[in-house]
Amino acid sequence: MTTTSTTGADAPPRPTVRPTRPDRRHRWARRAPLLPALVFAIVVTQLPFLFTLYLSTQSWNALRPGSREFIGLANYATVLTDGRLRAALFNTVVLTATSVIASVLLGLGLAILLDRKFPGRGVVRTLLITPFLVMPMAAALLWKHAIYNPSYGLINGILGGSTDWVSQYPMVSVVAALVWQWTPFMMLIILAGLQSQSLETLEAARVDGAGPWQTFTRITLPYLRPYLELGALLGSIYLVQTFDAVFTITQGGPGRATTNLPYEIYLTTFRKFEYGEAAAAGVVVVIGTIIVATFALRAISSLFRMEDAR
Amino acid sequence: MTRTANPARRSAGLTGVIWTVLAWLAGLLFFLPVAWMVLTGFKREVDAASNPPSWFFTPVLDGYRQVFDRDITPYLLNSVMASVLSTLLVLLLATPAAYALSIRPVERWRDVLFFFISTKMLPVVAALLPIYLLVQDLGMLDNVWTLIVLYTAMNLPLAVWMMRSFLLEVPAALIEAAAMDGANLLVTIRRILLPIVAPGLAATALICFIFSWNEFFFAVNLTATRAGTSPIFLVGFITSEGLFLARLCAAATIVSLPVVLAGWIAQKQLVRGLSMGAVK
Repeated sequence: MTTTSTTGADAPPRPTVRPTRPDRRHRWARRAPLLPALVFAIVVTQLPFLFTLYLSTQSWNALRPGSREFIGLANYATVLTDGRLRAALFNTVVLTATSVIASVLLGLGLAILLDRKFPGRGVVRTLLITPFLVMPMAAALLWKHAIYNPSYGLINGILGGSTDWVSQYPMVSVVAALVWQWTPFMMLIILAGLQSQSLETLEAARVDGAGPWQTFTRITLPYLRPYLELGALLGSIYLVQTFDAVFTITQGGPGRATTNLPYEIYLTTFRKFEYGEAAAAGVVVVIGTIIVATFALRAISSLFRMEDAR
Repeated sequence: MTRTANPARRSAGLTGVIWTVLAWLAGLLFFLPVAWMVLTGFKREVDAASNPPSWFFTPVLDGYRQVFDRDITPYLLNSVMASVLSTLLVLLLATPAAYALSIRPVERWRDVLFFFISTKMLPVVAALLPIYLLVQDLGMLDNVWTLIVLYTAMNLPLAVWMMRSFLLEVPAALIEAAAMDGANLLVTIRRILLPIVAPGLAATALICFIFSWNEFFFAVNLTATRAGTSPIFLVGFITSEGLFLARLCAAATIVSLPVVLAGWIAQKQLVRGLSMGAVK
């Protein structure tokens, strides 16, 4: 890291004079480059949520024209008492947590394997990152048909048997495909962490007679913690919104076994056309996300402070 | 990035060989599904659906021919247009914003920075319905420009964070020296900032391109045949229909190829981009 950078909170701002009261024009000149992006982000990402809020108070099924009316919080009552949203929430948590944990652990293992010189290291690294680069929709189809298919899929082709993986282990099937795609992402972040570790510390530990395992658990792992957290956090942000894999591999089934929140709201909107209900479900999800995101943002913030401290 | 082997784990002899073999096995295992996809794309449909799987076969282009006969080209062109234009738009919006959050920071720049990242955490599903209704109202359903606007918003936070981390690497002294010499803003940007952050711009563009190219949720809900992007072409393959595996794999290979190649070439930039500039 360059010493001149002012990445974080506690770093002093660049040596510029703080604008005083009459300096309003000056201040707006400073803000000007920021405004287009800020306005764009607010208009495209925040206004729709206000509209969602309004829609959630309407009884509106698009299949029954003229049925639209204000019903207050009734949609919320429907959404919160109906078991579907709770089931979808449960599935979302299971899906996100298992795929994040599995891909972080696998990514850690792979990063350790790659953190040493060996013949063809660059090639292995290239092979390993490829799953992350395959289009998620293509990856989902590939797993569904070319790998899981009971009669001509690769798994049964190699192991024998005629297990119908997707219908017998729906959640595992979805998670496995996601873990395959996200492990390389975790590996890249953790590997960057491993390679930024100071050699002197490791050398010192070795001189002091620490074995490789001790060095790993006592020095490397604590050092890697921010990198593991960052990977898990970013992975969760993306994986909690998983849609492609569910849409493609299981269509949320069998039954509702793999219906997560994005897929559930999608069904309510475009299969049942219950616009009011879908909006209410959306608002509930947003509130839940805000609660979780508050913690996540705090974690990100402390991560960046750690970066500065080094 | 480049560094000699980690001395704490520099294991000689047999252990070293075992570690190397393990690493290679892991790499091959992770790559296997991709290799299988590419191989299957070159098979005849009968060979593709054989059990046990056939590893040796005469490669044919039937799968690819069928995919192009079914007109994948407009989908690919839509993808190119949506990804390239949204990436350009993102860079145009994000770079000045990043400048105002790093080199000449506005007051409360931290709050702004966290506002941007918080928009990334809000679930897109909750915005789908209002966006759908609005787009329908404007007569913009099945229009590539709708996707361009949405992808720009989707990638903006990422790009702001990344560009900020690159701009922070420009030495303050350099900018001050330029100001001292009486260089105006445009000259400073062209002569000093741009050359230093050019690789950063490229990395940011790459990440934005990847995410737009692969985006599916908005594409499937807001487009149909006219503006459908390449993942939409794949939707037809969800339910199996007779012998179609070779065709499916050929299509999957085609649509994945641009991002896979770009990612391979720019491996180093990938890490920094994916971590929003946090990991260098």
